Amino acid sequence: MLITLKLFATFRNGRFKVAEQELPEGTDVRAVVLSLGLTEEEIGIVMLNGRHGELDSKLSDHDTLSLFPLVGGG
Amino acid sequence: MDKIFRVNMTDLTTKIEAVPAAWAGLGGRALTSTIVAAEVPPTCHALSAQNLLCFAPGLLTGTAAANSGRLSAGAKSPLTGGIKESNAGGTAAQMLAKLGIKALIIEGAPKSGTWYNLSVGINGVTINEEKELLGVGNFAVIDAVEKRLGKKTGVLTIGIAGELKMTAANISVKDPDSKIRSHGRGGLGAVMGSKQIKFISIDGEGAKPVTIADPEKFKTAARAFSKALLDHPVSGEGLPTYGTNVLVNILNEAGGLPTRNFTTGQFEGHDKISGETMHDTIAARGGKVKHGCHAGCIIQCSQVYNDKDGKYVTSGFEYETIWGLGADCCIDNLDDIAKADNLMDDIGIDSIETAVMFGVAMEAGILNWGDSKEMLRLLTEEIGKGTALGRILGGGAGSVGRTYGVTRVPVVKNQGIPAYDPRSVKGIGITYATSTMGADHTSGYTIATNILNVGGYVDPLKKDGQVELSRNLQIATAAVDSTGMCIFVAFPALDIPECLPALIDMINARFGIALTGDDVTNLGKHVLKLERKFNQEAGLTNVHDRLPDFFKNEPVAPHNAVWDFTDAEIDEFWNF
Repeated sequence: MLITLKLFATFRNGRFKVAEQELPEGTDVRAVVLSLGLTEEEIGIVMLNGRHGELDSKLSDHDTLSLFPLVGGG
Repeated sequence: MDKIFRVNMTDLTTKIEAVPAAWAGLGGRALTSTIVAAEVPPTCHALSAQNLLCFAPGLLTGTAAANSGRLSAGAKSPLTGGIKESNAGGTAAQMLAKLGIKALIIEGAPKSGTWYNLSVGINGVTINEEKELLGVGNFAVIDAVEKRLGKKTGVLTIGIAGELKMTAANISVKDPDSKIRSHGRGGLGAVMGSKQIKFISIDGEGAKPVTIADPEKFKTAARAFSKALLDHPVSGEGLPTYGTNVLVNILNEAGGLPTRNFTTGQFEGHDKISGETMHDTIAARGGKVKHGCHAGCIIQCSQVYNDKDGKYVTSGFEYETIWGLGADCCIDNLDDIAKADNLMDDIGIDSIETAVMFGVAMEAGILNWGDSKEMLRLLTEEIGKGTALGRILGGGAGSVGRTYGVTRVPVVKNQGIPAYDPRSVKGIGITYATSTMGADHTSGYTIATNILNVGGYVDPLKKDGQVELSRNLQIATAAVDSTGMCIFVAFPALDIPECLPALIDMINARFGIALTGDDVTNLGKHVLKLERKFNQEAGLTNVHDRLPDFFKNEPVAPHNAVWDFTDAEIDEFWNF
């Protein structure tokens, strides 16, 4: 399956802003996080197709996954 | 002993009063709202002599507590018609606290057309006629006051917008770099203008460190508090690196970034105006990525944004301003937004109200979507010169909507709705609806929990838990706004167990008292109820605790969310 992976803030350092990734069926968010060399603890916000997701969320074909460190403003 | 400095602009007299016993335990918002509720007739015209303008540093301002240098300004708002507290950084709060001034109250209004400045010092206030600086922009006022009275002088000033009593006018506060922070919301600059005061100077001569009842206990608590601020990823790393503007991309991904005057929830040009792009641009041009709005700020969410030639354009360049002029007006040119931010500081007009206003003005056809050059011209040539059109624009989003017959006008209690779509981030909608301040994200920042996973998580697209979330945050915020603390201390306070007790310990050590967590919660509840009572007596009832109809009738992409709270569900907010 093909997903769009978007990275934000410090996660872009040495990586990318956006990339398409071909992944095996049944891959979850955690596997993508680890494949990027990130740890679970570093993940602040997971968004899957514009909604909050979990590390356990399973990905589907054509999903957009967005990963943010814990950041904020106001 | 702390004193109350009182100025009467009707008979041009000043006096120093003892602090009434009932005010002794209050500071910041709790004090300004108490003063306004006690002394302003709720039904008065906000620009009449019956209104007053007061300033109060917070309970911890002037101490070594990190991030405690905020100043509260209070009055009846000419924009909302209700009570207003607006707080800002800068140098004034700490100067007032160290001079032992618990509050500065300015009442009455001159009977003639003469304009004045006020000089505040250890021995009281003097009222001086002002001619030279009328019609002058805020940056030049600060320069001129420093030349007249010395580089260290504190300054509170209004620009042309305040002089002309535009209801979006703000009060500018000199910051440690002689630039500007703002009491932005609610038109307090117009109230200062109605009293014909161009600026207030503060002379720190004779200022002393504030007294601390238990210095050892204070030191221990202050250390624990600072540690919590630096340990939390939002206040310790995210805010200093990207500023508040990191939110552009987050809200865009969540579909809650109001775009094209709140007609959709994502902006095509988001990346060009994002915090990430801003960070790289600032770094490449030799600006400052992090910067504090007051001495003792260890979060440093501000920044200095330079142009292509490395020359200063603006600082304190916030997400809400960039969202408003950016996504909401479909402008993807960050340099033009930065120029506008500087112009708004100089003119002395609220950058949130004005940004929301431009979205409505574009819908009205006053200028085209995305036309940043015309936006800059309208700021300079119309608002900045006080033309008839400029005064309509300077009245804010509601003013333009009424004048041009626009029905999609994002305001609550006539104050512009900032930066987060209440249909797709429902908790903030409850805050916008119920806040005593009109639409104000800072008064109960549910984005923390709806979007940022701080303080737990409440699904932004569902109604469950939103009223309780907003209520708890509004109560806590009313208390924090009374301490002189920056609201961003809420991020660690929501997640790190040692943070809030350390804050309370600092207050106890400062005054030699024994407040508990419940006492602080009760203070927050008391402040909200006091403000609510003033608003009800001013004619703002639960009927005004509502979002505009279009939020119910127009689904917003990408989630096709609508505002679906019933009136009774919203009114449940006040059940405490």
